[in-house]
Amino acid sequence: MTLRIVVCVKYVPDATGDRHFAEDLTVDRDEADGLLSELDEYAVEQALRVKEAADDAEVTVLTVGPEDAVDALRKALSMGADKGIHVEDEDLHGTDALGTSLVLAKAVEKTGYDLVLCGMASTDGAMGVLPAMLAERLRVPQMTQLSEVAVDGGKVTGRRDSDTAGEQLEASLPAVVAVTDQSGEARYPSFKGIVAAKKKPVEEWDLAELDIDADEVGLEGAYSLVEDAAERPARTAGTIVTDEGEGAEQLAGPGHRGAGRLARCRRRCLACRGGRRLVPAHQPSRPDR
Amino acid sequence: MTDHTTTPYLLPPMYDEFRAAARTVAEKELGPRAAEVDARGGFPHDNYATLTAAGLHAPGIPEEYGGDGVDALAAAIAVEEVARVCASSSTIQTSNKLGVVPLLLAGTEEQRRRYLPEVAAGEALMAYAISEREAGSDVAAMRCRAAADGDDWVLDGVKTWITSAGVAMYLIVFAVTDPDAGSRGISAFVVHADDSGIGYGEPERKMGLKGSVTREVYFDGCRIPGDRLLGERGRGLRVALGTLDHTRVSVGAQALGIAQGALDTAVGYVQERQQFGKAIADFQGVQFMLADMAMKVESARQMVYAAAARSCVAAPDLTYFGAAAKCLASDVAMAVTTDAVQLLGGYGYTQDFPAERMMRDAKITQIYEGTNQIQRIVMARKLLQTR
Repeated sequence: MTLRIVVCVKYVPDATGDRHFAEDLTVDRDEADGLLSELDEYAVEQALRVKEAADDAEVTVLTVGPEDAVDALRKALSMGADKGIHVEDEDLHGTDALGTSLVLAKAVEKTGYDLVLCGMASTDGAMGVLPAMLAERLRVPQMTQLSEVAVDGGKVTGRRDSDTAGEQLEASLPAVVAVTDQSGEARYPSFKGIVAAKKKPVEEWDLAELDIDADEVGLEGAYSLVEDAAERPARTAGTIVTDEGEGAEQLAGPGHRGAGRLARCRRRCLACRGGRRLVPAHQPSRPDR
Repeated sequence: MTDHTTTPYLLPPMYDEFRAAARTVAEKELGPRAAEVDARGGFPHDNYATLTAAGLHAPGIPEEYGGDGVDALAAAIAVEEVARVCASSSTIQTSNKLGVVPLLLAGTEEQRRRYLPEVAAGEALMAYAISEREAGSDVAAMRCRAAADGDDWVLDGVKTWITSAGVAMYLIVFAVTDPDAGSRGISAFVVHADDSGIGYGEPERKMGLKGSVTREVYFDGCRIPGDRLLGERGRGLRVALGTLDHTRVSVGAQALGIAQGALDTAVGYVQERQQFGKAIADFQGVQFMLADMAMKVESARQMVYAAAARSCVAAPDLTYFGAAAKCLASDVAMAVTTDAVQLLGGYGYTQDFPAERMMRDAKITQIYEGTNQIQRIVMARKLLQTR
């Protein structure tokens, strides 16, 4: 039996470029260059490793997104995935995480799967909720935040490291697994892979093909709505305050409660005491937010 | 009607993908190590492993021999992108190509199957041994002898300036088999690094490309079996020159990459460097230099790609284009890296910035695989032939 692995990937704006919101406060995908979300590369990598360790496995990469999103699939296919599915429909514009999970669930079910692999979050929305939503919709076990993944005899096992514990997890297949950026460096697409990817099939599906009504998705169907967004103010140059006895007041303003605290800090804080001397012009860093 | 959305003079998008893939590896892995590779000298085994893992160590080997099967243009882009960040590492690619092309041009099917898959898999590096102390540009003056002894050949002589010698597992060696036959008395052989009677000189102390190893190769009664003859006996020079037609495209690509790297370094620097209260990029004198550099780099690129296209189809004018591409791109690399050092000023002259390394690395591209004076002779011959 072929082990059917489906990797959900997202086409995101390049974080190194200029990113903006469109007028309707959705991510402006026309202006920015897009690419396969870096966090999803880890999921593709794990899928390929599972495939390489298996006798017989097939890796399908699935994306929901605009026309250019096929580039994310091409990248994954160049890395070694076998085929792609691109769900595209103009009614999908503005779909939130819940809606996306619906589309992915329907697509995953339609293509057939034993293991669904996801990145831990997208690098644009960064909600990190999709794997859990997808597992709920599919009614299969979910294991998220894994740093190791292995498939053996109808089970998927993995390791989840948290701040306080390392857990060894196991789930029966089919299951949804999300992997972290600690799961292993993603391979680079080779020239051979790029050439091979041209011959790999990419299916194009729309909402009708997945039996989804337009009002279940898109901005209209979204459960959450972005009401306003403002650009982060540009960082301004700091002001250097030379402490000649009233530095604290200069920082926090006269009579402000903080002034007293800063004044005390001047005598007690570790920065001063660590050096075993009082720094005459000690400049606590100015909180800029 | 003319179709205004496509033109044959723009590369298909797949080449952008090749470039993006190679650039990612180059910038993430090779670039950060380039200064160290230059400083420590010697063959960069770590970068060979990186290039192999990414499938960039020997671009262009046909698929039937386990290679990526990409054309000479894609292979040139691979070399260009590696050389852009670390010229030394790109000699792994050019050295392999110098080994692969003779096998493709003159090798028997058996010979190709014997060697190419190992090179494609990154298990064996190749070297090309033609120059001698007294036979550089005048290649036909070589003295290295290959004497027939029963079914075997016995090699005696010294080869000089051999890139990757001592690391390469297989060497394409040119030697005199018929001393009285002049240029038709030279033959090509495949020699294995573990053949008896082969030795190496001390690594040369070079001006640049310090992260590639260059040594003399000594043959002292080096006995090899008869099936190592590559191509026909006496036709070695033809194999050598036929090979250079293709590999000069790679040297051109290497020079182009070095030039582009220097331009990028300079463009970045002049926007950060403040003098007289503003970025030096705001000065028109600097802008004119940058424009000239960029113009030269792009001219070199067009020439190299045009030559690569002729290498893909083994066009009759490949010899001319290969020589012109190598010559132009290497002259551009020298000029542009020199200007980059100038734009970086005092910093450019220090090893804390990459410009001086690029300038040192650029120089050899005007010299090896035929000096640029030889390239001009090759071009002039082609021009005058047609009259």
